[in-house]
Amino acid sequence: MLQQIEGSKAVAETIAACMPDVVCAYPISPQTHIVEALDELTRLGKIGNCQFVNVESEFSAMSVAIGASATGARTYTATASQGLLFMVEPVYNASGLGLPIVMTVANRAIGSPINIWNDQSDSMSQRDSGWIQLYAQDNQSAADLHILAFRLAEELSLPVMVCMDGFILTHAMEEIDVAEKELVTKYLPKFTPRQVLDPVDPVSIGAMVGPEAFTEVKYLGHFKQLKALEIIPELSSEFEEVFGRPAAGPDNYKGLVTKYHLEDAEVVLVALGSVLGTIKDAVDNHRKNGVKVGAMGITSFRPFPLDEVRKSLKHAQKIVVVERAFAPGIGGIVSSNIRTALSGIDIKINTVVAGLGGRPITLKSISELVDRALYGTLPDFSFMDLDVELVERELERNLLTRRSGPMAENLLKDLGTR
Amino acid sequence: MSTPLKFYQVGSFAVGNRLLGDEQLSVQSRSDRTNSLTSGHRACQGCGEALGARYVMDAAMAATDGKVIAVNATGCLEVFSTPYPETSWRLPWMHSLFGNAAPVATGVAFALKAQGRSDIRVVAQGGDGGTVDIGFGPLSGMFERNDDVLYVCYDNEAYMNTGVQRSGATPPAARTNTTHAVGENPGASFTQGKNLPKIAMAHGIPYVATASVSDLHDLEEKVTKAMSMHGARYLHVLVPCPLGWGTKSEETIKLARLATESGLFPIYEAENGVITETKKIRKQVPVDEYLQIQKRFAHLFGPKGNPEIVKAIQAIADRNIAEYELLGERQ
Amino acid sequence: MFQIRIHGRGGQGVVTAAELLSVAAFQDKQHAQAFPSFGSERTGAPVVSFCRISVDPIRLREPVLEPDAILIQDPTLLHSIDVFAGAKSDGYMLINTTKSFADLGIEEFVANRPKERNLIVPASDIAMKHVGRPMPNAALLGGFAAATQKVTLESVVAAIEERFPAKIAAGNVAAAIEAYEFVMEELKEVSHVATN
Ligand SMILES: Cc1ncc(C[n+]2csc(CCOP(=O)(O)OP(=O)(O)O)c2C)c(N)n1
Ligand code: SF4
Ligand SMILES: [Mg+2]
Repeated sequence: MLQQIEGSKAVAETIAACMPDVVCAYPISPQTHIVEALDELTRLGKIGNCQFVNVESEFSAMSVAIGASATGARTYTATASQGLLFMVEPVYNASGLGLPIVMTVANRAIGSPINIWNDQSDSMSQRDSGWIQLYAQDNQSAADLHILAFRLAEELSLPVMVCMDGFILTHAMEEIDVAEKELVTKYLPKFTPRQVLDPVDPVSIGAMVGPEAFTEVKYLGHFKQLKALEIIPELSSEFEEVFGRPAAGPDNYKGLVTKYHLEDAEVVLVALGSVLGTIKDAVDNHRKNGVKVGAMGITSFRPFPLDEVRKSLKHAQKIVVVERAFAPGIGGIVSSNIRTALSGIDIKINTVVAGLGGRPITLKSISELVDRALYGTLPDFSFMDLDVELVERELERNLLTRRSGPMAENLLKDLGTR
Repeated sequence: MSTPLKFYQVGSFAVGNRLLGDEQLSVQSRSDRTNSLTSGHRACQGCGEALGARYVMDAAMAATDGKVIAVNATGCLEVFSTPYPETSWRLPWMHSLFGNAAPVATGVAFALKAQGRSDIRVVAQGGDGGTVDIGFGPLSGMFERNDDVLYVCYDNEAYMNTGVQRSGATPPAARTNTTHAVGENPGASFTQGKNLPKIAMAHGIPYVATASVSDLHDLEEKVTKAMSMHGARYLHVLVPCPLGWGTKSEETIKLARLATESGLFPIYEAENGVITETKKIRKQVPVDEYLQIQKRFAHLFGPKGNPEIVKAIQAIADRNIAEYELLGERQ
Repeated sequence: MFQIRIHGRGGQGVVTAAELLSVAAFQDKQHAQAFPSFGSERTGAPVVSFCRISVDPIRLREPVLEPDAILIQDPTLLHSIDVFAGAKSDGYMLINTTKSFADLGIEEFVANRPKERNLIVPASDIAMKHVGRPMPNAALLGGFAAATQKVTLESVVAAIEERFPAKIAAGNVAAAIEAYEFVMEELKEVSHVATN
């Protein structure tokens, strides 16, 4: 039903419609509204016999999820930022074991400095954890992707992360068509696990594997990811048949990428997540002035749709990748994946790190990016709206004295006295 | 002249099984025992942990009509029992990580609850390191929520799997590879230690007990009792480790017995945070008798020995004896 | 697209106000987006929330930088933060106060703007009367509906009723209606002055 509803609430209601058996969680902003709502829905008996477990840490949240999933329960949890890092060990364990857990990551920056606001450093840090990662471009797709995620996870016996920008999506109230349970039931069959702890047919799960088979187990994890590239398009079109809209939001192609005016685009902006909305507005504005700009979003970041990305981008002249995280010491994360997709094709790729720690990515800044890309004045790697003066003052301080003090506090002091 | 009656010794003071009636037979001596941890695993000879785990799991299986799911922390037990594909476990068994046996078991328990499978029960197990150190927070969470799991700690008083390093359960003065017997204060430091059974009791959970491989009958009984209850239950079992302690394989049971008879490892039972049963010392021994036969305490004895430290350890035993009232008539 | 920025303090229902406004717009068959300033603000700290209303679906995800309307729930904020940042010269401004613009020290700011867009609403007083607590948000929304006609009073009422339990809703609805009427009066006076 179409409602004016908060993103988190819509996700919670969608999860409820998926009828999980076990939901476990440990609170962290900006994930809290999702799990709070799920506690209430569970208590009200809206999720059948679902068990909501309040654990004492994210490490335990993922561990409970592992135990529950291995016992054949449809299992869900959610986290963000420090919480995701706190559960890294069981995160890898879940994918290694091939347990179809679905987890929302309400994207948030990673400290230090501690910062509760949005960027995508948290989920990006887990890009090689073996989990499938789907990035939502708006709240409708944030909600819908969870349904697809359960289906995909259970089909492949692999865990799936649905990444939605914290606050920007989780705390935004807008119109969302929250999937009806009847339709979800039609789309998402009962969970039939590949492996299950069962006294009737005892198995050992999680035993030590030596060099004789470890590579093969890991290969199969990779193989399943590649398989997902085939399955996601199928599940997406089936989703559209059942629900009458694409799971991954408007302009989405096969559930893998979003294509916006790519046909004749000379400059293409590439991004993941909610910034695509602003980027599309920027594209429209430029197109009105006759500038051939397009946008591509990546929904499935893991597995990475190399072929689709290559096909979508190979005719572009300039590519600007707008990233909400980066790899210190080298640069763009998404960009390097794009480069892999375009290997052998000579296209200029610029990386722009934007929106770190909640800094707004404005329409104005995006529009300027396009202009600078067109004029060729954009550096290979840059930070959007960087306060150069602030940085330079600290660098000066560092030159002046060895004991220049704590960096972050210095910057804040400078800001305060501006 | 009549021949004095001789009991068969099974390493403990338990009466030999052959002389017992059917209903008193240990689970392990029954023909229908489940062999949950079957032979062929790779534990060292005389491994107390292997012995303890076998008794615990078979007793749990017997108490539940064979419906147990086991969750294992990383550690010796996990490693020696499961190199692929030779798992020794003949029950549904899962290993996830070093510090998460408790919450994984919680997940299993809640999944079973969601599925309405109240007939299947969950047992989690780990070493002292996995329990008192890295898994401590999650275990406390499991206690506090009173999750329906029996957690069994096999305490061999160090990180054995990684080659004998100090854990929070390593006793004072003991030599390990991270508490070398050199310098001014050789071996592990004299601290208060981390008494997990007491901490478990402080959570007020339904059942807490200590046990030892020196009294396997008692161990079985405690598992059986624990499985008759619901909620979070904790069992702390002393399991000597020949490799880590520097002891003879054939002396594992004797060591376990001496630990108790000296007062260093009190054996008791508690319900809802209150001790209900204590095992009295049958024949008290000085701690020397226990320490002397372990290489990890070798630096305390001989010409270069340190009687002061032995005295301090004796004081710990004496304190236990007083606190748990370990001397006196057995009921 | 019509963009609104709401200023207040933690505990004054600033975020709720934006959300209610978006629900009202949704009831009116418009597209709307409400979101907070994403802080970890505690009770009493300055808080900002935003709302966009549009006939087209909204894709933009930036904070409202150039608001068409500014709602100020707490006049003590006037001199601690730049509540008028990015204000349009013909934008709306509704402020919860019983004082005059001169007393508030913003005479200069309002001077060059259309009179019917600078509005005073005694929202806390109205709320005290109907809700029993100085929660100015519902009243200001009533005032907003009157001033801008961007949402209907009926939809504001419906949004409040949907959000709160019946008893609390009733008080807030009454407050919204009174504030609506108050602003209608105020507008009449302004136009009266203008035609005289
Ligand atoms: C997070 C993490 N840190 C360290 C280890 C290495 N490690 C594996 S088993 C183990 C020691 C196990 O000690 P304990 O729990 O006492 O069991 P034992 O082997 O003595 O039976 C250690 C340190 C690990 N597996 N995971
Ligand atoms: S090292 Fe100790 S605990 Fe490990 S298998 Fe050998 S005897 Fe058992
Ligand atoms: Mg140990």
